[in-house]
Amino acid sequence: MIRFLLNQELRVEQDLDPNVTVLNYLREHLGKTGTKEGCASGDCGACTVVVGELEGDRIRYRTLNSCLTFVASLNGKQLITVEGLKDNGQLHSVQQAMVDCHGSQCGFCTPGFVMSMFALQKNGTGYDKAATEEALAGNLCRCTGYRPIIDAAEQSCKAGSQDQFDRQHEATLAQLRKIQPDATCELNGADNRSFTPLTVADLAELYVTHPDARLLAGGTDLALEVTQMHKRLPVMIYVGNVAELKTVDTFDDRIEIGAAVPLTDCYDVLSREYPDFADLLHRFASLQIRNQGTLGGNIGNASPIGDSPPALLALGANIVLRQGNSSRTIALEDYFVDYRVTVQQESEFIEKIIVPRAPTENNFRVYKISKRLDDDISAVCGAFNLQLEDGTVTDARIAFGGMAAIPKRARHCEQALLGKPWDDETLETAVRALAEDFAPISDFRASKEYRLLIAGNLLRKYKMELSAPEQAIRVTAHV
Amino acid sequence: MSNHNKTTRTQEEMMALVRQDLKTGVGRKIPHESAGKHVSGEAVYIDDRLEFPNQLHVYARLSDRPHARILKIDTAPCYEIPGVRIAITSKDVPGQLDIGAVVPGDPLLADGKVEYVGQPVIAVAANSLETARKAAMAAVIEYEDLEPVLCVEEALKKKHFVLDSHQHKRGDSAKALASAPHRLQGSLHIGGQEHFYLETQISSVIPTEDDGMIVYTSSQNPTEIQKLVAEVIDVPMHKVMVDMRRMGGGFGGKETQAAGPACMAAVIARLTGQPTKMRLPRVDDMTITGKRHPFYVEYDVGFDDDGRLHGIDLTLAGNCGYSPDLSGSIVDRAMFHADNAYYLGDATVTGYRCKTNTASNTAYRGFGGPQGMVAIESIMDHIARTLGRDPLDVRKHNYYGTEDRNVTHYYQTVEDNQIAELTAELEASSEYQRRRREIAEFNRQSPILKKGIAMTPVKFGISFTATFLNQAGALVHIYTDGSIHLNHGGTEMGQGLNTKVAQVVAEEFQVDIDRIQVTATNTDKVPNTSPTAASSGADLNGKAAQNAAITIRNRLVAFAARHFDVTEEDVEFRNNHVRVREQVLPFEELIQLAYFNQVSLSSTGFYRTPKIFYDHEKARGRPFYYFAYGAACSEVLVDTLTGEYRMLRTDILHDVGASLNPAIDIGQVEGAFVQGMGWLTMEELVWNQQGRLATNGPASYKIPAVADMPADFRVQLVENRKNKEDTIFNSKAVGEPPFMLGIATWCALQDAVASVGDYRFAPLLDAPATPERVLWGVEKIKQAMARDAVVETVD
Repeated sequence: MIRFLLNQELRVEQDLDPNVTVLNYLREHLGKTGTKEGCASGDCGACTVVVGELEGDRIRYRTLNSCLTFVASLNGKQLITVEGLKDNGQLHSVQQAMVDCHGSQCGFCTPGFVMSMFALQKNGTGYDKAATEEALAGNLCRCTGYRPIIDAAEQSCKAGSQDQFDRQHEATLAQLRKIQPDATCELNGADNRSFTPLTVADLAELYVTHPDARLLAGGTDLALEVTQMHKRLPVMIYVGNVAELKTVDTFDDRIEIGAAVPLTDCYDVLSREYPDFADLLHRFASLQIRNQGTLGGNIGNASPIGDSPPALLALGANIVLRQGNSSRTIALEDYFVDYRVTVQQESEFIEKIIVPRAPTENNFRVYKISKRLDDDISAVCGAFNLQLEDGTVTDARIAFGGMAAIPKRARHCEQALLGKPWDDETLETAVRALAEDFAPISDFRASKEYRLLIAGNLLRKYKMELSAPEQAIRVTAHV
Repeated sequence: MSNHNKTTRTQEEMMALVRQDLKTGVGRKIPHESAGKHVSGEAVYIDDRLEFPNQLHVYARLSDRPHARILKIDTAPCYEIPGVRIAITSKDVPGQLDIGAVVPGDPLLADGKVEYVGQPVIAVAANSLETARKAAMAAVIEYEDLEPVLCVEEALKKKHFVLDSHQHKRGDSAKALASAPHRLQGSLHIGGQEHFYLETQISSVIPTEDDGMIVYTSSQNPTEIQKLVAEVIDVPMHKVMVDMRRMGGGFGGKETQAAGPACMAAVIARLTGQPTKMRLPRVDDMTITGKRHPFYVEYDVGFDDDGRLHGIDLTLAGNCGYSPDLSGSIVDRAMFHADNAYYLGDATVTGYRCKTNTASNTAYRGFGGPQGMVAIESIMDHIARTLGRDPLDVRKHNYYGTEDRNVTHYYQTVEDNQIAELTAELEASSEYQRRRREIAEFNRQSPILKKGIAMTPVKFGISFTATFLNQAGALVHIYTDGSIHLNHGGTEMGQGLNTKVAQVVAEEFQVDIDRIQVTATNTDKVPNTSPTAASSGADLNGKAAQNAAITIRNRLVAFAARHFDVTEEDVEFRNNHVRVREQVLPFEELIQLAYFNQVSLSSTGFYRTPKIFYDHEKARGRPFYYFAYGAACSEVLVDTLTGEYRMLRTDILHDVGASLNPAIDIGQVEGAFVQGMGWLTMEELVWNQQGRLATNGPASYKIPAVADMPADFRVQLVENRKNKEDTIFNSKAVGEPPFMLGIATWCALQDAVASVGDYRFAPLLDAPATPERVLWGVEKIKQAMARDAVVETVD
């Protein structure tokens, strides 16, 4: 059984197929059709909803793609849909701003934009252009060209957020506290089962008992198996309520990030340590996806492209794998074996990711190349991390995504640099060595020739950035 | 406004109101009529309609072969899935199988052969979409593969066409080319474009008595849906009623290709007697439906030292996909716009309709015009680089004149030519020359990042080139409480058509717009409508509605003159009131009086566009009632190590005549520009070797997102410039023309790339200019420089 608030109304679900997405639940089960399906793959944002979660005595509001969210993950939370925004028949201030600024044309993407803007207003402190673009990057509009929508965001952020949600804050808090789970919950239906354990021990035990279960973290990839590949997942274990997996601990020499920490939250801790990693995360999918997707999921998914692994490989990250009561720590580079194959054993899962603290001279840089700036999958993602002493390369970690069947270190390239003076001759030798490291493929994102050319060019760019940090040579830094 | 909250005003108060202007009439920035419902999620799209208990959902099993004979179809396994109601093949269609828009060629379900990956072969209906899908996949289909043609150049070479070719010819281009001081040849590939309307194709139908059908559809062309549904279920058109309230975007993609789901659902509803819905999942929508035509272009141009064209020989080969659809008119329009704003000199322009084994390409905002314009703009850039001139200079030298050099290659005189004037204004307001110098300086200082700038014009012909389509109807009722029902043959796809037409009627009756309810487009109310396409929605339907309103108003005026014993000149409609000499009465009071005195308060209205004709035989005529003009100036920043880029700034000046609604028109201009920019930059369609579309969803096909719009975006409408033709309140059509303003970004990217070679070499990028193509452009320029350096050393 799971319990959650739909807007202000308590809902209890007992017999529901855990493969049902929040989008289908709203539209088909409840007849609430304000939330639209544009793609059912988390790429257009038309189905954006807001989920409120209890954090101490506040409620944290985040946008999600309802097409990628299974209903079971709503347990103990508040789901806010576009139908919940009007107050006594009056449009909410974000809705009114969209009307005033002519922000809707065909109107189909509009409820999604309204929800993204609602969360932006709730979480923000006034209007900020960069924050607005970040909040709206995962919402596609084919009609307006976005200018009036940005204007509406500005109007509503400046107007402030005093609304019925603020007025009902205490009541909502009380309701949410009342429905917080205190033990593993199950949601079963249509012969499918899902579990939402609260502790890592329970999770480990459940996974041993159900080795065929699929672990559901953010679900931003797993849900695609249901919505796009039309599979049924008979057993799911949702890890998003496991407290230990949601913590970040900073030590003198390392940062330990729980596998179920949403990417949005990784952003805060990593941006302080490695500004470039933050830039990468900023362009990682969309805010809706980053609110939902986790660092552990991004690694465990073992995509050849997935944007965090190349960066983590260049940083020399380790991961902790757990199975039952035992755990082991391995280097991330030993985790990936082949295309979507890892060393992970049956019933084993990623518990945390260990990232070394930045040295005083932080030479870590990462570059993502894609057709579209935001919310696109990399053609190539290159991460570089050299240690230099007196102009000589003393340590080299270089890794790429999109260049091989797995995210992979460029060993030949690194060897060509190690112990050599950090000059143009060494650079060009190292660029040539990339051809020994990688034989990329051609696909709709890029040709193999382009991939190889930019891999080398990124190394050249890296050298320029280290030698002349004052000169901005990224288009992303320019606007 | 209704009787219930009517306030009683004194004569003085009403006289004061009569002296004020109406606040919601023509020319005002009225919000979209559905804006309040869009933002609250209350606007109802087809998939949001309440379902019936016995509703069926349809899923089509698609061909996975580009070209094959169908040897066997076994649907028996479909019926083993619980919940399945029926599985049909082409043999089960009760009436006509072909749903081709203009000429046959589009079987509703594949008949004996398949001609592209994605062609519907069988359709299965079940109690849920998921069940229907599962069952459809269970069917056994066997094929014998045939040789496909997947590439437009190959089709052109093999003369593999869906329709005959057409040619515009003026003078002797061969002679002009031979005698011109300079001559250039080149070729160019222009990519297609997925519509990516946010709402996918969908129709929902209900069988009625008398073997009829009610069809709720998301379509730009209700009448064609009515005709095709009637044909596939084999009933006369009067048995079918089509209702179309709103689309979640159309952009041309729902002009002909909404018919498939509508007809499929209708056939199944006919066979089962059950209400039936067909909604395409996104990937299926992108796989089944056609897109903007990719084009292959070859050119041979002769010009003088100023870059002015003496002659041109231009081949435009449109990739039509497997069937004609609207490709005849689309390639025609590419030819009609191969001049854009330029006098071509002696010209031979030939259009080919190439057949390939891909989805049947279809209408898309601009309808071939953009491809024709990209071709000529590419030529302008090529000439400029060859001569070492600023491309803007070359463009200006080629502009149509106002007195001479003002006749197109299809012999229409370019009237009310604003292009030079508009360019001069934008050149000044965007500070083009200063920025051109600053960019040159920036590029000298910046080794990796390079800036580019370009200013390109747009001249776009307004009217359907199929002349008979330039007609429209409307229906206006005034009810006894003074509220007005308005219906017209156009369809609302987000462009604000209903709002504009309501403003027109509000203006004619001098009542506030909230007194007017625009109802769903409905074939029972206004028959025999043209598609809402060719930017014509407001021009045609606005006039038709105006005519209906004027008919009723004239009756009211005549009645009032009789009733109050005054002359008709003494009766004036003003700001929700009617003034009869010194007496003022509220609008609704006059309506009630008229009703009690047995005056008809309902009328149809009709409109046809005057002046236009085209003789296809002679390839001459006046296909366009008028031209809309615009210009854009874009500045970009390119990373020459990766090919990535950003849009720094765009300035636009666009002509909409006397705007019916400046807020809506600006929305059209901005949205069209960004869509045009997307087409020419990041939106890349990729098919694999087997003819399967690899970019079949938003994860792989990228349309512009919020950060892609120009960081500095300045859009102005040309002010105080009424359309010289008698259009609706002297406005101009706005749907398509600004799409082509996006070409400025594509030319600016080439300008940035050309800077790498000191502007001496033309990058000649194919479209779209993805980061990869931009980087190859940079590499090409670097190689040309290296060759040049070698030559110089040898010299």
